[in-house]
Amino acid sequence: MSLTNGWEMVVGLEVHTELKTATKMFCGCANSFGSLPNTNVCPVCLGLPGSLPVLNARAVELAMAIGVALHSTIAPSTFHRKNYFYPDMPKDFQISQYDLPINVGGFLDLPDGSRISIERAHLEEDTGKSTHLGGSGRIHGADRSLVDYNRSGVPLVEIVSGPDIRSSTQARDYASELRGILMATGASDGRMEEGSMRIDANVSVRKVGQPLGTRCEIKNLNSLRSLQRAIDYEAHRQTVILEEGGRVRQETRHWDENLATTSTMRVKEEADDYRYFREPDLVDLIPDEAWQARIREGLPPMPAERRSMLGARLHEPSDSLLGAVSVVVDLDLDAYVSSARDAGVPAELALPRAANELATDLGGLSNLSFEAFTATLLMERSGELSPTQAKSVLAELLASGGEPRAIAAKKGYEQLETGAVASVVAQLIEEHPDEWSRYRDGDEKLAQFFIGQVMKRTKGQANGKDVIAELHAKR
Amino acid sequence: MSEPLRREDVAHVAKLARLILSEDELNRFTQQLSQVLEHAHDMNSLDLANLVATAHPFGLVNVVRDDVTRPSLDHDVVIAMAPDAQDGRFAVPRILGEAP
Repeated sequence: MSLTNGWEMVVGLEVHTELKTATKMFCGCANSFGSLPNTNVCPVCLGLPGSLPVLNARAVELAMAIGVALHSTIAPSTFHRKNYFYPDMPKDFQISQYDLPINVGGFLDLPDGSRISIERAHLEEDTGKSTHLGGSGRIHGADRSLVDYNRSGVPLVEIVSGPDIRSSTQARDYASELRGILMATGASDGRMEEGSMRIDANVSVRKVGQPLGTRCEIKNLNSLRSLQRAIDYEAHRQTVILEEGGRVRQETRHWDENLATTSTMRVKEEADDYRYFREPDLVDLIPDEAWQARIREGLPPMPAERRSMLGARLHEPSDSLLGAVSVVVDLDLDAYVSSARDAGVPAELALPRAANELATDLGGLSNLSFEAFTATLLMERSGELSPTQAKSVLAELLASGGEPRAIAAKKGYEQLETGAVASVVAQLIEEHPDEWSRYRDGDEKLAQFFIGQVMKRTKGQANGKDVIAELHAKR
Repeated sequence: MSEPLRREDVAHVAKLARLILSEDELNRFTQQLSQVLEHAHDMNSLDLANLVATAHPFGLVNVVRDDVTRPSLDHDVVIAMAPDAQDGRFAVPRILGEAP
């Protein structure tokens, strides 16, 4: 949605992604989602006196990989303590990079060709998870909160975009492209529904060409849909205030998915209320050129490059084929498509089969080898299997594995030789002389009658094209 | 000489630290903290123009550990440290605001 009356929205996003490490940021506790509460905790992540943090090398490497993918400069960086009182952080401070982040600057190009600048991508630790009990189950009215510290100290990278986004659709595209990049680097599993990627949106509105307006920050948007809806709602809310001559107050707002509204969470505190100061228990992080080079060289191709590799071989890149390219890259199915293509299957066939058939059963991919996928499509390509039969063989392969030819045989999909089709057709002409003469006189509907009869007699094993060819030949 | 510590500064810091101080305490801590700061200001007599700020005296950088799991604490031990617990979680009084 875009705004009317000469207004435009100005949006910047802060994306928090949990890093896919084995352990937490500063201690050896397992970084895993879904464990029993308070089982992955130790003196460090519980903030017990005397415990000392030691930085996880893998977290640093994943942060650098994110930086490289976003064209950032990897810079000497430090850690600070962000002090605040809240039971989700038992130390009463969160360790975060502050004025010297590991990744400085950069950009992300969207599929529509627009470029969003990146201000920084820094390391910080996640907090524990609170559950609020009480009447409504929401924060207001809760009389007790329960805290699970398994998430406390899980490594996070926060990626801050410039205020370059001008529509909710663009915000969604940015988040979606970034998610693909985070997954491609191996830094994140991208599971927004499990909270491993969370988004805060800074939203303001202004008349086109005017200076920036006062912004509000919308917290914890945990789906692309929420992100888009919340931005639209908030930009509209601010526009109405300004059109009525009011002023927007700088504050943090909460998105309520059910009510589809944002509401005041708290008026923005002064930044120095957090009393940031250097974390004295951690030393400077200055990745040398060799370490950076290792990360750079180890980085796999990013989604944009993968899309252009898959799309490059299309003769006529229609919207639906390009859509299939995006789905294939999003779902990480590239290898299926490229191995089929290398074996002679046209991309025009491999892409939709991957984007449609494989996408419906991602859990079954472990049953499906690249070879089996390729073999199935080669059988479809040669006419040995009809499209419907090929799809059904793929479904069976995904469900329980196996060998395509054996599955096709078991399903009775082995097609008759052309010679056999000819003899069946000849037999049917003899048995149905009236229909045959009407067909010869030009009643095309009768072609379907004969195809149906052939299929019936051959239990569907004849190739429809062969039957039509035979009918034409005898006509 | 930098600006002296004001009473309001101490009151502000106390508020951030969730400390309730009496008028007497506020006066006393303002005076005591001023002395601490004055002591730190002795550094100003040195010529530090060519030095960059640092948080510790060591020349170490890049102190990292391998990403290898180590045993966590037993759940019973953890919960025994909680002032109150419910469903294996730490139970705390109701929280009025969201986390920053």
